[in-house]
Amino acid sequence: MSATQPPGNLPDIRRLDPVLEPGHTYASVTDKIAAVVLTRPPSTGWLVGFAVSFTLVMVLFVSLAWLIIKGVGIWGINIPIGWGFAIVNFVWWIGIGHAGTLISAILFLLNQKWRTSINRFAEAMTLFAVACAGIFPLIHTGRPWMAYYMMPYPSTMGIWPQFRSPLIWDVFAVSTYATVSLLFWFIGLLPDLATLRDRAKNRAQQVIYGILSMGWRGSAHHWHRYQSAYLLLAGLATPLVLSVHTVVSFDFAIAIVPGWHTTIFPPYFVAGAIYSGFAMVLTLAIPLRKAYGLEDFITMRHLDNMAKVMLATGLIVAYGYAVEFFMAFYSGNKFDVFLANQRLHGPYSHFYAALILCNILTPQLLWFEKVRRNIAALFVMSLVVNTGMWLERFVIVVISLTRDFMPSAWGRYSATFWDYSTFIGTIGLFVMLIFLFVRALPAIAIAEMRELVAHQAQSDEEDR
Amino acid sequence: MKERHFPIYGLLAEFVTPEEILNAATKARQAGYKYISAYTPFPVEGLAQAIGFPRTGVPLLTLIGGLGGGLTGFGLQYWCSVITYPLNIGGRPLNSWPAFIPVTFELTILGAAMFAVIGMLALNKLPQPYHPVFNVERFSHATTDRFFLCIESRDPKFHLAETAKFLQSVQAHHVHEVSNEE
Repeated sequence: MSATQPPGNLPDIRRLDPVLEPGHTYASVTDKIAAVVLTRPPSTGWLVGFAVSFTLVMVLFVSLAWLIIKGVGIWGINIPIGWGFAIVNFVWWIGIGHAGTLISAILFLLNQKWRTSINRFAEAMTLFAVACAGIFPLIHTGRPWMAYYMMPYPSTMGIWPQFRSPLIWDVFAVSTYATVSLLFWFIGLLPDLATLRDRAKNRAQQVIYGILSMGWRGSAHHWHRYQSAYLLLAGLATPLVLSVHTVVSFDFAIAIVPGWHTTIFPPYFVAGAIYSGFAMVLTLAIPLRKAYGLEDFITMRHLDNMAKVMLATGLIVAYGYAVEFFMAFYSGNKFDVFLANQRLHGPYSHFYAALILCNILTPQLLWFEKVRRNIAALFVMSLVVNTGMWLERFVIVVISLTRDFMPSAWGRYSATFWDYSTFIGTIGLFVMLIFLFVRALPAIAIAEMRELVAHQAQSDEEDR
Repeated sequence: MKERHFPIYGLLAEFVTPEEILNAATKARQAGYKYISAYTPFPVEGLAQAIGFPRTGVPLLTLIGGLGGGLTGFGLQYWCSVITYPLNIGGRPLNSWPAFIPVTFELTILGAAMFAVIGMLALNKLPQPYHPVFNVERFSHATTDRFFLCIESRDPKFHLAETAKFLQSVQAHHVHEVSNEE
């Protein structure tokens, strides 16, 4: 055999796809992204997608109306399974929201340039996911019009919230998260809204974007304070995003229910949240880049990196599952051991099997570059992971509640039509908001893309 | 003190690359101009320093917001749980501070983030729907692909012809007069 290999067979490890395809100018990136909002008429695909999601939103409204008329008895919840779909869906949605802030804040602090073209819609996704998540605890109270009881306000009854309860921590964590995500998103949008104002094709666009952009004119003084504020917000959002799912996991971990009362919950909830969030970003990015021809901006590099983040966080989640089992047996606590057995052999074991298949086994395919570079495979994988993460929350909530300390307190849970219709309705709401977002606001941060063009021009100069 | 009214707000020079405007801004400052402003489609590194604006004030405001938020958070919980609505549960301490940390933390972040954003907007005097530079038609490119340097007429060294000549000398592609009247 010859010692020299043909060069084509050498693994070219240095080769990386660019984060922005070459040949773009300030004007061309601006034109391409702004055109989606300002000039392109809605396509048939958009109209169909919007119509379908809008129908699902109507399903949500009907479900909520029926819930308010009849009460939570229309759901499958019972005693002992008081949490059911509402909490499963809440945790699922709030987890999905985490990728947005992770991409915009943590990757910003780590100076990862590839975040630029995906941060905007990932942040939008965060907001919409948090909005969907917020519905569930609210309606799960049974009397959502009394939800203001959770806020500390001076009432004539002289009672105050119990601040030692993780459910109150949740109120503060989720509302802070929603507010800070909104601020972060809006600040990022400000220069782009000014771009849209200056390129508006009609009076209505000019007025609306003009008001929203607050008179932004790109002054160097403004940019200087803006960058300072943006960096600080990123620094603040980083611990925040880690704290939110930690607090959500406290809802479980602070309780003494078997299967919930473990210290691994906070880190593994956070990893799971990022896992599902990146899966959702892929679910959205793949059709978006195709539909609006944004392949130059959301390149294979982005998809590949997101797949890698998914693989890494998926492994942390797998570690979490392993530790749960290990600790159950290591502790020797008979309730924990029993619950671990119930996951494998109990009445809901098929959910657990499906969870392992979706969350741990399937994503191992992402080790292969061929899979990471196959867009169809990635899209399917992202759906599989999202299903898996939903199953994870189902397993945690339902198995523990159906099998706690005394056999006389055991029960069974099955969801009703209204459980499913509410859940599907929130998916419709999420998708509808995404559809509106891509038409009304730039889905990619234009100012940051121009910065990327400038950096590219600079490095080209240095290469020469 | 009433500001003197000038019919002309200043002269606006147009550049094509960030390097050009950075160079022009540095030279304008060296030439002794004080009231300079620059408008760019994305943040240009060093430009704010070049026109003499080293500090932002935003970090200090953020710190104040964060401390205020944190103190409010802990104070609120302490006041509720210890002073106004104490609940004796098995004789456990009323000031159970470890349980108050999550809310204190969240409100610290909330306070800091609100102050960072609102502080940034307030220091930038936004929202400000009207500004004289918007009178220049070409200025709409400031949010796309052009870089503008403005030397304001209130500058003691400002002289319409001289300043225009200076801006030409630093390779401005165009020099526009910015009218103060709408």
